[in-house]
Amino acid sequence: MYGWIGKILRVNLTDGTVESQPLNKQWAKDYIGSRGLGTRYFVDEVDPGVDPLSSANKLIFAAGPMTGALGASTGRYNVVAKGPLNEAVSASNSGGLFGPEIKYAGFDLVILEGVSAKPVYLYIEDGRAQLRDASHLWGKSTGVTTDVLLDETAPTAKVACIGPAGEHLVKMACIMCDKDRAAGRSGVGAVMGAKKLKAVVALGSGGVVPADAEKARQVALDVRAKLAAHPVSGEGLPALGTNILMNIINQSGALPTRNFQEAFFDEAEKISGETLAKNQLIKRKSCFGCNISCGRVTRVTNKVFQGFGEGPEYESAWAFGAQCGVSNLDAVIKANFICNEQGIDTISVGSTIGCAMELFEKGVITRADTGMDLSFGNAEAVVRLTEMAATRDGFGDKIAEGSYRLADFYGYPELSMSVKKQEMPAYDPRGVQGMGLEYATSNRGGCHVRGYLISPEILGVPEKLDPQAVEGKDVWLKIFQDLTAAVDSAGLCLFTTFGLGAEDIAAQLAAVTGVDYTPESILECGERIYNLERLFNLKAGLTMADDTLPPRLLNDPVPFGPTRGNVSRLPEMLPAYYETRGWDANGVPTQEKLKSLGLADLALAVSDE
Amino acid sequence: MHHVLLLQPEYCVDCRSCQLACSLKHEGAFRPSKSRIEVLTSPLKFSVPLTCLQCEEPACAAVCVVHALEKNPETGVVDYDAAKCIGCRMCVSACPFGNISYDRESRSVIKCDVCDGEPECARFCPTDAIQWVRADLETLARKKAMSDKFEQVFGKEV
Repeated sequence: MYGWIGKILRVNLTDGTVESQPLNKQWAKDYIGSRGLGTRYFVDEVDPGVDPLSSANKLIFAAGPMTGALGASTGRYNVVAKGPLNEAVSASNSGGLFGPEIKYAGFDLVILEGVSAKPVYLYIEDGRAQLRDASHLWGKSTGVTTDVLLDETAPTAKVACIGPAGEHLVKMACIMCDKDRAAGRSGVGAVMGAKKLKAVVALGSGGVVPADAEKARQVALDVRAKLAAHPVSGEGLPALGTNILMNIINQSGALPTRNFQEAFFDEAEKISGETLAKNQLIKRKSCFGCNISCGRVTRVTNKVFQGFGEGPEYESAWAFGAQCGVSNLDAVIKANFICNEQGIDTISVGSTIGCAMELFEKGVITRADTGMDLSFGNAEAVVRLTEMAATRDGFGDKIAEGSYRLADFYGYPELSMSVKKQEMPAYDPRGVQGMGLEYATSNRGGCHVRGYLISPEILGVPEKLDPQAVEGKDVWLKIFQDLTAAVDSAGLCLFTTFGLGAEDIAAQLAAVTGVDYTPESILECGERIYNLERLFNLKAGLTMADDTLPPRLLNDPVPFGPTRGNVSRLPEMLPAYYETRGWDANGVPTQEKLKSLGLADLALAVSDE
Repeated sequence: MHHVLLLQPEYCVDCRSCQLACSLKHEGAFRPSKSRIEVLTSPLKFSVPLTCLQCEEPACAAVCVVHALEKNPETGVVDYDAAKCIGCRMCVSACPFGNISYDRESRSVIKCDVCDGEPECARFCPTDAIQWVRADLETLARKKAMSDKFEQVFGKEV
């Protein structure tokens, strides 16, 4: 095959067996790869009602046809599993060098099933694979684990692993690769920990063969030139990283502050990308094959918070910053480093700490519960609690469950700023209406990277929309969600869509795979993937009642700042969205829609009634 | 005036686009293991692109008993002739920089040939860490950076 390698690796951790199998070519064409193709295999093999931390859940490392090829930002892969945080189908996306190496080592997908009796790691080299003892790595940080594994295998190998958080089944544990890149959300790291799988190590001398080498080269030159010329991907992101957004979002009155009690943080400048560039930035860094290079290499010299590593990006800076009322950037960076080392998602852990701070402020919990002062703005507490959450130490055990379970435990579930039990990132839906619709309808719960309407609503890309308007946001969101599903599935980075459109994504895919993908057909693939995820979630027990936002955002007006007085107008947008999607009034895809997408014959598509 | 490859590691962002472009040109596939250029990144995340810079007195050619490697006086490139090569790998041992390697699959040496004067690595490098420049202007970029500093210091008074 061109683009795809044409092979999957199936690993049974219970039996300790590995098997190479041919890739389903029709599925590859219809679901592209990575998120889409991984999900297609997942829903075919896993019962939607599965307990995410049981042996029956599966974990799929999935690269796309563009992963490891030359194009625009081709270093992405997804980890597909049912997430323990959101109890929904989850595809957690990561950059770095690891994704391409899976393909160079001979596979498009690695499907991990069952559970190992003792800690193991999977070693893959040029079409062969082996499970090896990892007892000596259990309890080790992601940095130490990676170094030891490179020492044991080869210095040129690539490592994806969990840290202590995944081992402790922390519900927002992530999978880190190349030390500093995260398949961050939904708790896929806990699924890996439950399987006693410490790491996957890949080393490959193989390559990705394009269908039309000259065309692939020309398209790559073209899309890279477009990205370099665009103000967001060519100037803003390289210069200041994603944290260029801190001041922009704050000035738009959409920066969630102190657990979304406010939407404007008067100290935002102190935790911004501009401040980082002045004080802690050493250099910028790319993921594999990327000419944007939004990554930040940073160092903190302050004695209390000293450290070295990568990040933070915008969402992380917000989670430990504005969300917790913290304006000390050194502390924010330190908390981010701890997350990388311990293997825990910055957005969810930061937001959960912010939730705990509001419970503390309201007197629901006290020092007797937490063992420390949890006032908003306490930077030391944020750093300490992040560390404690990773190993479920003390009150960290409550943080490790995520904000919904934390707040629910104390009788205030409405104080969890989450959707489908997954924490919302750094945009207040009262300040950006379309983003509220995205949070409510994202298939993995509170998430900004399923349909990033910030792009038109705030950045004016590809055209400027009024962030307070609700009309037409359903149509915009559907297109964004479908295109994003296609981009994720191709193995490309979402950030390329600042400068590229569906025709550029299709052109890359067509040149590399030889399949006649068009802008229309990749949007259809994206829609197919989106509906497939939806079908799984409905069978898993989610309903339209879960397509909502925390009551605060629907009822309590923003108290001050540029968006003062606004609430989310989700109820006006949601019915229109269902209709635009071809779903019924309950948010269930109609048979007609499923038939048009080739999904009608799936077991998931059969109604329970 | 002939051109040379100019490596400026301080601009490298570790994206490996050079390796993808190189392997596509020479192998018809995106295959970093067969690339003529390598990027090494230190634990402190400093990345250095490394490839053959076509020595004036190439050690690889000096030790080659069958003259499969020879300096081309016209182009400045150290040319490799696979037909003459006996696969002894003495050139690999001789290169003090590790910039020539032996490929067991094709049973031949892998070494930069500057893509016959249009190097793909430089074409695809997004940050000017790898450039294809006139040999006499090799140091101009760094001189320019330095002269800009003088402008910052004295420019206001002009």
